[in-house]
Amino acid sequence: MRARVLVRPKRGILDPQGQAVERALPALGFSGVSGVHIGRLIELEVEDPAQLPDMCERLLANPLIEEYEIVEDASVEAPR
Amino acid sequence: MKFGVIRFPGSCDEVDALAAARRAGEAVLLWHGDRDLQGVDAVIVPGGFSYGDYLRAGAIARFAPVMEEVAEFAREGGLVLGICNGFQVLCEARLLPGALLPNTSLRFVFRQVELEVADAGTPFTRACTPGQRLSVPVKHTTGRYYCPEPVRVVLRYAPGQNPNGSHDDIAGVCNEAGNVFGLMPHPEHAVDPLTGSTDGLKIFESIRAHVADRVAV
Repeated sequence: MRARVLVRPKRGILDPQGQAVERALPALGFSGVSGVHIGRLIELEVEDPAQLPDMCERLLANPLIEEYEIVEDASVEAPR
Repeated sequence: MKFGVIRFPGSCDEVDALAAARRAGEAVLLWHGDRDLQGVDAVIVPGGFSYGDYLRAGAIARFAPVMEEVAEFAREGGLVLGICNGFQVLCEARLLPGALLPNTSLRFVFRQVELEVADAGTPFTRACTPGQRLSVPVKHTTGRYYCPEPVRVVLRYAPGQNPNGSHDDIAGVCNEAGNVFGLMPHPEHAVDPLTGSTDGLKIFESIRAHVADRVAV
């Protein structure tokens, strides 16, 4: 199964990348944008999706500083 | 005494670490794929970009065969010093509390900083006096130390010197037992008057003194 893991900075942890982008958008004339956060997208083919949370806890994310979201069955996207 | 300096693919400060350690004792290089620590008294996890720092800085290096031995060595009370990327590796390996985040500035910082010794009672700082200032360079992009729990702080950036936005101006921390120490600044680059400061030697001399005492007992 194709799965997708979204990793982003934990709430409350300063995210200077998100802030920089948030400040850059108005410069291009895009107004009303807030709460920008930048993380990582990991796509993977897994035989046993039940293992995904453990993979996230132990490697794909650092739970101390990052939170993760698992999107199972991300097969809509064609494999590259 | 004998230091062991680990070389990962992507390490770049292992040669300076080796040279610095040799001012305080013997030193050998340890290869990341080996499981033999060669009977060293202290392990140095050096700076660089181990395994390309893929995923997160230090995240892959902790799976190196040699790191299993280092973890065991640390559990038995062996001295482990992580510098810069080595600090990141030790945090990822959970041998030290906390994690390193990108600098608040999002920029690579490379400059000489003043450090203050917050804890002179560790095996890594015993040659210092409490509050002593050390002039040591930093060079990193991911050095903002963060830990939600209270930690044993060993070194702080002097007021106004924090190069990365780390919590509480933390530059270096050790584990509760005091035998594992990690710091972002590079003491191995401050051991020769040619480069402006020899304050980094204090760290290596402290380790030597600690090991000498232990052998004497």
